Amino acid sequence: MEIGLGHYLAVAAILFTIGVFGIFVNRKNVIILLMSVELILLSVNINLVAFSSFLGDLAGQVFAMFVLTVAAAEAAVGLAILVVYFRNRGDISVEGVNMMKG
Amino acid sequence: MNADTLYQEIGLLTPEIILAGGAMALLMIGVFFTSDRASKLVYLASIALLVVAGFASLFWTGEGGTAFSGAFIFDDLAKFSKVAVALTAAMALILALPYLEAEKLLKIEYPILALLAVTGMTVMVSANDLISMYMGIELSALALYVLAAFNRDSLRASEAGLKYFVLGALSSGLLLYGSSLVYGFSGSTGFEQIAMAVDGGTNVGLTFGLVFVICGLAFKVSAAPFHMWTPDVYEGAPTPVTAFFATAPKFAAIVLMARVLMEPFGAVVDDWRDVIWIIAVLSMGVGAFGALTQENIKRLLAYSSIGNMGYALVAIAAASQTGLWALLVFMALYMIGVVGAFGAVLSMRTREGMVENVSDLAGLAQRNPGLGWSITALMFSIGGLPFMVGFFGKFFVIYAAVQADLIILSVLAVLFSVVSAAYYLRVVKVIWFDSSDIEFVPSSMSVYWVTRVAGLASVLLLPVLGWLVVRAYSVGLATL
Repeated sequence: MEIGLGHYLAVAAILFTIGVFGIFVNRKNVIILLMSVELILLSVNINLVAFSSFLGDLAGQVFAMFVLTVAAAEAAVGLAILVVYFRNRGDISVEGVNMMKG
Repeated sequence: MNADTLYQEIGLLTPEIILAGGAMALLMIGVFFTSDRASKLVYLASIALLVVAGFASLFWTGEGGTAFSGAFIFDDLAKFSKVAVALTAAMALILALPYLEAEKLLKIEYPILALLAVTGMTVMVSANDLISMYMGIELSALALYVLAAFNRDSLRASEAGLKYFVLGALSSGLLLYGSSLVYGFSGSTGFEQIAMAVDGGTNVGLTFGLVFVICGLAFKVSAAPFHMWTPDVYEGAPTPVTAFFATAPKFAAIVLMARVLMEPFGAVVDDWRDVIWIIAVLSMGVGAFGALTQENIKRLLAYSSIGNMGYALVAIAAASQTGLWALLVFMALYMIGVVGAFGAVLSMRTREGMVENVSDLAGLAQRNPGLGWSITALMFSIGGLPFMVGFFGKFFVIYAAVQADLIILSVLAVLFSVVSAAYYLRVVKVIWFDSSDIEFVPSSMSVYWVTRVAGLASVLLLPVLGWLVVRAYSVGLATL
């Protein structure tokens, strides 16, 4: 069986869905949220690279490079905020993030 | 590309270069001098940089045009937005200084993060390519996440930062997934090329991508149903940070949204108008009904901003020249109201510390009539009561919607405006008719003047309104 664009898009779509569900269904740990965000960004990268190769256009791969860089920066900022949160709260369960409501 | 065109293209980035270069220079100062005086100096220099960048865009006399193979555009829309973004950010910084000093939060990072965020916003309003759009959004978002959690010792602030980060990252993910689909199905990341590809009609992939992009941008402008983070982040973040969040980033995001929808996807209005229609109605509804029960004034302003973004989306749904200039007038007038309103919130300091409840304003008219009058004028203006400037913002938006035959949407907009008047009037009622013995300490000079001037502006700006409309009108004509 030839592996074509559709297969790559399907994998990316599945990864993306897992990532989104990871954010909304997960009730345990904030670290899992960060992992889900990374998963979403990586699924986008698969999309971009697959399209780029399929279209024979380099812009997609350049875009993927930018996304990788931003993902790294985002992980750094996210972990930093998480550390600050942990220092104040002493716990990183998602259910605990509920001081403000309404 | 020869040296001349390169020089010309870099010239288009003057405001960005001022901001980014200035931020980096100030960062170096921050590394070598750590005293409080150095922090204050850097702070004042940042305000000056923002003003300079604003004026650099305002008095830009060149032709405008695109740079870097069309990735970056400097047109009238970008110019108008850059002036607005830089000046409102400067106002937010001016408001923040006394608070930061009082709360021992005046660290060198604050103004520098704000500068970097504004750099991101100026890139956002000039984005003419999916890549530069994404980079602009992320540059401003990453700085804003840190600002939200800036008060490191406060549980509320760090929770606000965490919520903002997770939902902001999710929204970037949605936007990016949409961008990748748009790229794949149109064959290019440039807005002009996408417009050409879209011209012949869309396919499922493009529509799918477009909806994801709209969802991602709706998160950024805090439109319902993607508004969940707004009240919590507004409440938890330090008040001056909230004031910053409520002004410049909203302006940049809504202008970006207008550009993305009207330029690359301008030919397929019917594909996205219904989506914007629904988001606009939901936002106005959530804004109107959500705020009715709020006690905390920052939460109240959060719902008010959700509602007002709904009106901005009505102007986008009109998808016309009229819609675009109505959007710009509306947003510019709304910014004045918001800056003043947050100035008022920052004036609510008793001897024990800051207070944030609407009931704490009770009896203000007797004890501090100046502040009482200012808040009254600002609430009337944001609420859109007739003959305050805010009224004309909403008026033009609804005019644009009627012109575009969106009759049901206009009727709903007026009805939600009536509902939302209830909570603006409640604030006014508390100020004038309730009594309490809460005494505010006199606010600092800058907060005092910003609040009074914004309060006055919401009444006295009427003559200037004509000029603003003419400016915005020419932007609308030139852009579409």
